[in-house]
Amino acid sequence: MFNVGDRLSTIFNRNAIRDAVISVVGERGLMAIERSTLIAVGGFAIWALVTQLDLTVNGLLVGSVYALGAVGLSLVYGNLHLPNIAHGDYMTLGAFIALFVFGSLVPEAWNDNSVGPFTFSYTLFIALPIGVLFVAVFAVIVDQLVYRTMRRRGALPGVMALASLGVAIALRGFIQYIWGTEVEHFPRESKQFFIWTVDLLHLQDVIVRVPPDMIFVAVAAIVLTFATYLFLNMTKWGKAMRAAADNEDLARVTGIDVERTNLLTWVIGGGMAAAAGILFAAGQGQLLTISGWKILIPLFAAVVAGGIGNPYGAFAGAIFVGVIGEVSTAWLDPSYKPAVFFAAIIVLLLVRPNGLFGQSRS
Amino acid sequence: MFGEFEGLILHIGSFLVIAGIYAIINVGLNVHYGHTGLFNIGIAAFFALGAYTASILVMPPPDPNLYQRYEWGGNLAFTLGSERIGFDLWFPLVLIAAAAVCAAVAYLVGSITIRLRGDYLAITTLGLGEAVRLLFTNEGWLADGTRGLNGIPRVLDGVVDPQWYDFVFLPLVLIVLLIVYFVSQRLAGSPWGRVILAIRENEDTVEMVGKNAFQFKLQAFAYGAALMGIGGALYAFAKHSITPAAFEPFFATFIIWAMLILGGSGNHRGAILGAFVLWAVISSSQFLPGFLGDPNLRLAVIGLIIVVVLLIRPAGIIPETRTRT
Repeated sequence: MFNVGDRLSTIFNRNAIRDAVISVVGERGLMAIERSTLIAVGGFAIWALVTQLDLTVNGLLVGSVYALGAVGLSLVYGNLHLPNIAHGDYMTLGAFIALFVFGSLVPEAWNDNSVGPFTFSYTLFIALPIGVLFVAVFAVIVDQLVYRTMRRRGALPGVMALASLGVAIALRGFIQYIWGTEVEHFPRESKQFFIWTVDLLHLQDVIVRVPPDMIFVAVAAIVLTFATYLFLNMTKWGKAMRAAADNEDLARVTGIDVERTNLLTWVIGGGMAAAAGILFAAGQGQLLTISGWKILIPLFAAVVAGGIGNPYGAFAGAIFVGVIGEVSTAWLDPSYKPAVFFAAIIVLLLVRPNGLFGQSRS
Repeated sequence: MFGEFEGLILHIGSFLVIAGIYAIINVGLNVHYGHTGLFNIGIAAFFALGAYTASILVMPPPDPNLYQRYEWGGNLAFTLGSERIGFDLWFPLVLIAAAAVCAAVAYLVGSITIRLRGDYLAITTLGLGEAVRLLFTNEGWLADGTRGLNGIPRVLDGVVDPQWYDFVFLPLVLIVLLIVYFVSQRLAGSPWGRVILAIRENEDTVEMVGKNAFQFKLQAFAYGAALMGIGGALYAFAKHSITPAAFEPFFATFIIWAMLILGGSGNHRGAILGAFVLWAVISSSQFLPGFLGDPNLRLAVIGLIIVVVLLIRPAGIIPETRTRT
């Protein structure tokens, strides 16, 4: 009776399947089967991506929005061993600070002229740094008040996650107390979508419609992720951060101030969260107090898909999650998207137990 | 009946019922996290499955004139109702059915995912919770989608005035809670429970002495999920109606986690106490005077309470007693 689970798990155990197949068709047969399965799956994926080009392109753009949030989330997760449930609410906080800049801080006339093909005005370039700075400072303060004490005590990641849940709930409560729970609108000017008609192998015309703001967000995501990459790999502080994430004791022995790298992690993680929240809200033109909370699920999916603690992996994971989510809407109801993310993640984890680019840690 | 205190007494009744249900679910979570170390943040999945299994089984078949898509109800409450056989036999049967469905789903999902490393298991359980909620949201034929099921038959209906029903239901909830507590407590002290605790401490050692840690984890996962399913079934009867929105991660997963950590994970008494204490705080905070009664500020206060408790009492109100053998 107790062997049902074992049987089920052997069904999903690649080695058992492998042995069974080899006993029937032999080594070369197995290779042929593996190769043809790979070709079939890859072929289906390419066919789906090409025939649903509109969804694929939009999935890439949605994925880059997720990437903005996921890179910071993954960095904090990897360096501080904290699955930060409050990350989405940090995004919301940044967006509301930006909204405050748009609505109250600058003269209204500044919001009139929009930038190029985009819907937002130049005020965004004032609001963005202010929001980023505010949330970065906020994240550092919360760390000093809450997480530092818990780190010193050696709290488990689960307990840390719960503390971040408390922070998330408290922060959302205060945001709702100050700004209310109604939908807030960013000042924006309606603009035409970019529309391209692509002739697919002379067989059918596919119309690709892209909101211009999304392109801006995607470029910003790529630039910020690349900047993070340069910082982590080319600067002294970045290397210290990676060393501290890899082995804290060893880093301390070599003279790295781990508390300071932790703060730096929060500055980057919080700042990236704010940037993600502001760009996302500006692109959408509207903002809800629960927007950040809602986006948390694809963000965590992206972080896990990319391998926890690997910021560039998180970028790839976000693209993976975004494209799969969008393309699935060709066949499934769009509201099933979160379920699709997770089905894809589970399949991915069964094939690669540490995510796309994760390394196994013991 | 009680004059000016009537409102307060009614409130206490409904508070105790919901807190008791949360306590049952919390014991399940304690089996998962407190004893086995499984990081399950998909409580909502089993909560919802239990509630929907129970409701679909007892609901009468829907009138096609009223519903466009919703098709099926098991009508168990009518078939086995007290008018036919003298007592509500369907009630324990439905609880067992809810537990069985949750245990089966946990067994299936667990056999695929439970080998994953802690963090990855957590994210897949979160996904399971979302998937179950989306299933009941989108598949109208199953449970009428977002509108949910209303007028779920109740056990011992009509014994008292409907507004006092909570006081009929409360003893049943407490009896189930006591059974769940004693069974779980006995299991925790049994050889099986000691293996489970050992897995939490060091899985490799357990494997080395010849125990199949995977099987034990899977059984613990199924058992905890069954308890969550029972809690879900009771919740459906207590609320009299359910919608998918009731199983959003916030109230159906994270609040329960906060209860466990507050009460003290690793011991069932702490888990039960945590459920009652936190639910008392949440449900009574609406009576706070002035600006403190603002719903958004209440939310903020609940968040701060979670943070402060974790800072000043990390092991919870009743810390786990560690035994050496």
